[in-house]
Amino acid sequence: MNNSEVCVSIRNVSKSFGKHPVLQNINLEMYEGEIFGLLGPSGAGKTTLVKELAGLDEPTEGENFLFQQKMPSLQLIKRIGYMAQSDALYEDLSAKENLQFFSELYGLKGQKQAQRINEVMELVQLSGDTTKLVTNYSGGMKRRLSLAIALLHEPELLILDEPTVGIDPVLRKSIWKAFTDLKTQGKTLIVTTHVMDEADKCDRLGLIRDGKLIAVGTPKELKEQTNASTIEEAFLAFGGAEQ
Amino acid sequence: MRVMALVKRILRQLVRDKRTIGLLIFAPILVLTMLYFVFNGNDYIPKIGFVDVPEMITAQIDTDGAEVTTFKSETEAMEKLNSQELDGYLKFEGNNPSIVLEGSDPSITGATMKWLQNALPKPPQAVELPELQIDYLHGSSDMGQFDYFGPVLLGFFVFFFVFLIAGVSFLRERTTGTLERLLASSLRKWEIIAGYVIGFGLFTMIQSTIITAYAIFVLDMVMEGAFIYVLLIILILALTALTLGILLSSFAHNELQMMQFIPIVVVPQVFFSGLFNLETVAEWLSWISYLTPLYYAAEALRDVMVRGAGWEAIYPNVLVLLAFCLLFIAINILVLRKYRKI
Repeated sequence: MNNSEVCVSIRNVSKSFGKHPVLQNINLEMYEGEIFGLLGPSGAGKTTLVKELAGLDEPTEGENFLFQQKMPSLQLIKRIGYMAQSDALYEDLSAKENLQFFSELYGLKGQKQAQRINEVMELVQLSGDTTKLVTNYSGGMKRRLSLAIALLHEPELLILDEPTVGIDPVLRKSIWKAFTDLKTQGKTLIVTTHVMDEADKCDRLGLIRDGKLIAVGTPKELKEQTNASTIEEAFLAFGGAEQ
Repeated sequence: MRVMALVKRILRQLVRDKRTIGLLIFAPILVLTMLYFVFNGNDYIPKIGFVDVPEMITAQIDTDGAEVTTFKSETEAMEKLNSQELDGYLKFEGNNPSIVLEGSDPSITGATMKWLQNALPKPPQAVELPELQIDYLHGSSDMGQFDYFGPVLLGFFVFFFVFLIAGVSFLRERTTGTLERLLASSLRKWEIIAGYVIGFGLFTMIQSTIITAYAIFVLDMVMEGAFIYVLLIILILALTALTLGILLSSFAHNELQMMQFIPIVVVPQVFFSGLFNLETVAEWLSWISYLTPLYYAAEALRDVMVRGAGWEAIYPNVLVLLAFCLLFIAINILVLRKYRKI
């Protein structure tokens, strides 16, 4: 893993809203072709960090580099697929119309557009519901459609903020299978989660608590370092050492 | 091209939302129709009582245009006045006429007075004055209140509804997170605003044509100038409303807060737009009218519709409106920096 190229490099990044610090001096590198999990309780600063990586926010101090170039940049944004915590769909349009709209924003047209729409909808298992209005979608379906939109333009880097919230275990498994498929295609994935059992499926993990990065490593390393049998225990051990 | 994707999506959402379309088109039509009937209703017929009016005088009074009742005593007339069955009564003490009015509604009082002044016999004049010849530079003797207010109201309704709908739909874009998603694609900030302006602009063009045509051809609103100028003014006014609505939606957290802008931003414009004579407004307040887009639109609309003016008369006002619009667009792009710096 470590001999692949650095895809994301977070250097001395701090962020505060007013006087309230959200991120404190984060240093982290992610490599091409890995699934990197950002694990931490809600309010830990995960979303702020991934928003900075997606170009929607800027650090107060420090710098973020993507593909060895400094963020934010419109050229880099094109190479990212970002899925926010909210579904961000037009509920009064059908799934297909949503996909058409976003693919046009990415310059996909005609045959190519139709083909990509089919591919992503198959990937998230919504092929049968493309003509339905999004209002009539269930929470899990919306989440998957949102993921499909993030995948439309075949981004090299996928930033997914809590992608499996509200999705049942069976579907969650199939979505994680899709993630590994994307990984084998050479994509890099950054996934935030507060669900500990998902963390095990990531190649490497960054544990975040109160805006600080408390540990980085493969799930196995983290467990070994703390003599823990689960990630949850490992997280507690790292968090406990901090206090 | 990406702008057109946005335009297509906005129009698609609008077309699907039948209620909003109804609000944008039929609400102004409904309100204008009601105002038409309110302003152009029949003249009020005052109800007048006579107390002790000498027969010599009653014979000379032409009772047309009023409902006259004769009373034997003043107490009786007073009772009727109290229960509002009478608007006023005329009494004579010797040779001196006097009038007692109910007086709670100025317009009824006015009508009563007007009738009485016309009806009471005048002392014979020494010289008969020749009848005054009246010429109109603009308008005519049969131009009513509705014709004078009409252009302002037309502008107001378009402004009001476009402001509200555009503001709310941009607010939704923000609260549902789709704005963030747009910005997470490499769409530029000006492209988002341009998409909104073109999308709503196209729709407003249809909306204004329908409403204006209805006002002019069905409600017979006075129309001296060219239809195309009216459309042009209304379209630019609508774009001003649109960009202002989008701008203010950034300061609202939900739909209710968007509504709260109506009494602050929209309603005051009515008072300073020329619906009421601006020269009678207190001087220290009258500068406000220069800050309200509706003032310039109303002025231009009146020039075209009432005074039959052409481009050379309306272009200063049109340019000011355009300037408002561009200013709001510029501020909007700046405000979007809050969501993405580049």
